[in-house]
Amino acid sequence: MAKQSVLIPAFVFAGIVVLLWFGFQLSDPHLLPSQKLNDPVPDFELPSLTAVGETLNAADLTGEISLLNVWATWCPSCIAEHGELTRIFETTGLRIIGVNYNDDSDAARAWLKRWGDPYAFHIVDEDGTLAIDLGVYGAPETFVVDAGGIIRYRHVGVVTQKVFEETFAPLIQNLKDAS
Amino acid sequence: MRGRWVLAGCLFWVLSAPSLGAIEAQAFPDETIKARYYDLIATLRCPQCLNTNLAGSDAMIAQNLRATVLRLLVEGKSDAEVEQFMFERYGDFILYEPRWTAKTWLLWLGPLGLALVGLSVWWSMGASSRKTRHGLSESDRANLKQLMDR
Amino acid sequence: MIVELGHFCVVIACLLAFLQVVLPSIGLKQNNAQLMASASSLAYGVFVFTLLGFLALIHAFVTDDFSVGYVASHSNTRLPLQFKVSALWSAHEGSFLLWTLVMSIWTMMVARFSAPLTTDMRARVLICLAALGFGFYLFLLLTSNPFERALPFYPAEGADLNPLLQDFGLIVHPPLLYMGYVGLSVPFAFAIASLWGNTLDVSWARWSRPWTNLAWAFLTMGITLGSWWAYYELGWGGWWFWDAVENASFVPWLIATALIHSLAATEKRGVFKSWTVLLAIFGFSFSLLGAFLVRSGVLTSVHAFAVDPERGAAILMFLVPVIGGSLLLYGARAWDLRSRVTFKRSGRESFILGNNVLLTVSAAVVLLGTLYPLGYEALTGGDKISIGPPYFNAVFVPLMLALMALMILSHRSRWWATDRSLLTAGQGVFTAIAAVAAIGVSVVMGPIKLWIIGVAWLAFMILLNLGYELHRRVRLKSNPFSRLFNQPLAVYAMVLGHAGIAVTALGIVTTVMLSEEADLFMAPGDRAEVGAYDVQFYGTNNIEGPNYVADRGRVEVSRAGEVIATLFPEKRRYLASQSIMTEADIHVRSLGDIYVALGEPLENGAWAVRVHIKPLVRFIWFGGILIALGGVLSIFDRRYRAPVARSSRQAPPAPSREAVHG
Repeated sequence: MAKQSVLIPAFVFAGIVVLLWFGFQLSDPHLLPSQKLNDPVPDFELPSLTAVGETLNAADLTGEISLLNVWATWCPSCIAEHGELTRIFETTGLRIIGVNYNDDSDAARAWLKRWGDPYAFHIVDEDGTLAIDLGVYGAPETFVVDAGGIIRYRHVGVVTQKVFEETFAPLIQNLKDAS
Repeated sequence: MRGRWVLAGCLFWVLSAPSLGAIEAQAFPDETIKARYYDLIATLRCPQCLNTNLAGSDAMIAQNLRATVLRLLVEGKSDAEVEQFMFERYGDFILYEPRWTAKTWLLWLGPLGLALVGLSVWWSMGASSRKTRHGLSESDRANLKQLMDR
Repeated sequence: MIVELGHFCVVIACLLAFLQVVLPSIGLKQNNAQLMASASSLAYGVFVFTLLGFLALIHAFVTDDFSVGYVASHSNTRLPLQFKVSALWSAHEGSFLLWTLVMSIWTMMVARFSAPLTTDMRARVLICLAALGFGFYLFLLLTSNPFERALPFYPAEGADLNPLLQDFGLIVHPPLLYMGYVGLSVPFAFAIASLWGNTLDVSWARWSRPWTNLAWAFLTMGITLGSWWAYYELGWGGWWFWDAVENASFVPWLIATALIHSLAATEKRGVFKSWTVLLAIFGFSFSLLGAFLVRSGVLTSVHAFAVDPERGAAILMFLVPVIGGSLLLYGARAWDLRSRVTFKRSGRESFILGNNVLLTVSAAVVLLGTLYPLGYEALTGGDKISIGPPYFNAVFVPLMLALMALMILSHRSRWWATDRSLLTAGQGVFTAIAAVAAIGVSVVMGPIKLWIIGVAWLAFMILLNLGYELHRRVRLKSNPFSRLFNQPLAVYAMVLGHAGIAVTALGIVTTVMLSEEADLFMAPGDRAEVGAYDVQFYGTNNIEGPNYVADRGRVEVSRAGEVIATLFPEKRRYLASQSIMTEADIHVRSLGDIYVALGEPLENGAWAVRVHIKPLVRFIWFGGILIALGGVLSIFDRRYRAPVARSSRQAPPAPSREAVHG
């Protein structure tokens, strides 16, 4: 055993400190990375919330860049987010598609009547099957889907103006430039 | 920090996550599926909560995922297929038993390595003692005896 | 006003702790005995002022002073009195005040009972403790002040204590756990003081032993109670989840368990000196690391305090000099501590070494699993991984089985070397008896499981060998009447501790293998079968508690047609926070618990009802209590009561074969 071996504990501790230091820099522990990034939106066959009787599927999400927003009436932050989504729609004309998640459809329609409806259409996901296929674990969550129906970004939590301008807008611009 | 809303959400989770063990009556087609269901929801992690398995969480996503687990089992999927289904959607985070990958081998082999190091320390320390209990070797003892006898 | 006085008292305590570092240090430099002795009297001062601050905050809670932000967010006028008091340590700021109070208690106790130490050793120990205390006070006052007023706009009613915490468990669990965590600072301080003064001899080990045993007993009790609390309060019937916070308390416990054994070897034989010092440093370092990690929110855990990443930097600023400094000091001095004392593989030293190796590896493995996700995320740039019970069980259980196997033979070992015949005498008979008993247990408890037979066999072998050793000791005494009571207390402490391990192991394996669980849909009048029991649900009625309303169910449990228990599980709604709580009701039987909890109300008075059958689950905590009692008993051993002036630098001669040990 070399004389330096008594310093091993100090080195191990230094390693732990570095690890903790990284730990403090890490993002919020609740933000899970998306498994579905750069994958097409999973296929589904679900009713529309507003056009009663119609069914929607993944093909309805293609054609143009859109925001796929998971929302519900039981989610208080969704109300906070609603104003920003409305603003985004009004200023940019971006297509916003709703996924009404684990919700009561009548309540959801009433909610839209009260707060306004900037969405192009809403997918009714009563049992959360689409949400699970998307890897959603709460509401609100917002996906950026390109014109080919590929998921390009996932945001967990409220989309604020800051989030939109700093993250979404440049990304959408890139997607537009690429196509 | 990523914004107040998320933070407020975290605080809420801290307070609410463990308070309600999820108790719901499921109808199982048979006892095997019931047992497999309980095993699976015990080893899958609720993606929204801090550190709770699907069995222990009342979060909406946990309820949905429990229902999904049962649905998949009833459809005839194997345990591995259910885990793969969850992994494809929620990643490594949802599996309480980490998969064996290039990034986890240290996790699984580390304990074995530590145990081997420990074993060798134990073995070598016992073996190195050719001397007697008073810190004297046998020859020291013989010398000492000679001196005393003189 | 009282709150401000309390705050002021803590500031004074902080200043006194500072003086307690500075004055005796000057005394050491100038060889001034009076200045060195000031460390003791200052310790009392620190304690008194911390206690005053603590009482002031209790006063604020009891009088519902919601102008104090901390009180407003953790109490409520309708909260029962005992919970108003314990709400003090229900969150970060207040619990840290408790932490400093506990620190001042240990420091005062050391000051009180360390008179036989040499003046400068005593001063060094107290300086180390005071320096830690000073750091804690700074952290408390600068980053986590519980006395802060929320003026001028404060709520008329408090937000209430989290209903989960409105429980007996909160009253006793944190204080006991903190006594354990912080108590490990005493052997730490002894180790650092000895390294610092270069006075690391075997008397150091003798001095550290009772303190370590006591702190370890508190830690054992704290963990045991925490597990019991989680079991009955969380409503899912689990008693250990390998959660980061549980691990944070378990790693120091594993290290401290290794420490109490290696201290014994160091004291008796002068072996493992530098290793024992390192364990003493590790023990407290890990209790600091764990306790602080939880508070910084780095580790994701169900028990986490409100997450505050900014606190992280302050924590690291404390951890780095304390732990890093200690380890560097160790690195500078430890090489000279190599002992020349030797032993054979059959000697007791070798068994203790084996115990230390297994416990240290276990601690390292638990730490690896706890910190791995953090490293994983840092190295992969944000990918997350979960490491949970399947992993920990897979790597931890084999180590514990090896430890139990080692324990069987350890009781018969002698210092330096043990005759083979001594180790093997009667083991054949014991093996047979233990095997029969183990199979018997498995048959009585239910379907036969190899795991139960295996672990029960180990447990019975431990108990039989303990009995054999005790019998041999008693037989050696000449006076038959004083035989049993003439043994040193340390022997009984060891017997209790090891028997406790056997009992806990038996409880764990049986509970894990044979628990039954059923979530049932039950309308009033419905019957269902769970394991060997019949459960009948009689509906619910409304009741009112002091600060909650509840649906209270009535469930009758019968076995073979005979009613054995009526249980009243509750679903409570706490008025202030409107949060819903499941309050399980548990029928305790000698062979296991019947655990009933209410889930969600369904249509027409029906409920989802959860029933658990938990065989021998009480053994887990009963064993824990035995272990802790062993630790407490050991400090009353005569050898620690007699003041020891001996300070030999050599290893003491090996005791003769029949001499007392422990």
